[in-house]
Amino acid sequence: MQAIPLEYYLVLSAIIFSIGTIGVITRRNAIIIFMSIELMLNSVNLTFVGFAANLGDASGQVFVFFVMSVAAAEAAIGLAIVIALFRIKQTVNVDEINILKW
Amino acid sequence: MVLGTLAIGSAIITIASRHPVRSAMALVLHFFMLSGLYLTLNAQFLAAIQILVYAGAIMVLVVFVIMLLNLSNEEKLKLKVSSRYVLGWVFGSALAFLLMTLYITHSSLSQFNAETAVAIGTVNNLGNELFTNYIVPIELIGVLLTGTIVGAIVLAKKKLEN
Repeated sequence: MQAIPLEYYLVLSAIIFSIGTIGVITRRNAIIIFMSIELMLNSVNLTFVGFAANLGDASGQVFVFFVMSVAAAEAAIGLAIVIALFRIKQTVNVDEINILKW
Repeated sequence: MVLGTLAIGSAIITIASRHPVRSAMALVLHFFMLSGLYLTLNAQFLAAIQILVYAGAIMVLVVFVIMLLNLSNEEKLKLKVSSRYVLGWVFGSALAFLLMTLYITHSSLSQFNAETAVAIGTVNNLGNELFTNYIVPIELIGVLLTGTIVGAIVLAKKKLEN
């Protein structure tokens, strides 16, 4: 089996993480910000799996399992918050959501 | 290579398209590509979980919320080329540059020992690890998920008249 070098996975993961960061900073739609956060979490997962395969250790994959569980919980809570906010403000534009401001 | 290119492409579509549904579909494609990448890294269990949890559960939730809220196109995305837009691109590019130089300069760690790597990603091995060495974290994850269910229901339900 011809192995792909680890750096390729790391660079790919860095690119995807940066795309996710750009998405979080530039987009104003709360749901798309969520999806960008998922992108960032997944790029970190890719790094974990890459190192786990490289070092021959299962701990990285176990950690990815936990990250996925927490990401699922975060998505459920976050979308519930979005629904609750939409019910109050009729928008998901994060610029117009300022009810925490005093 | 193909998987990586498609993953980057669909990630860009995810943050660049104006319509949330199109964005979500691109993200599903991205998750499938990542799953393929996990397979190339001998992580079979995680590849299956990636499709089940992300492309299945989370994206169904996202698409459901998008349809529930009946969002239209984001109006005039391009009109708001503001300082935040520039700032976002500068930060993102700087981060990408930083991470990549970091990885490339430390390029002495690519000894891929395939014979040990084949066995670690199987359900058998991961299950053993999870329920012996990582038993406390997995119990905590159970508690967290239970709390999440309750919290999501409380947050999303309508206010009761009292």
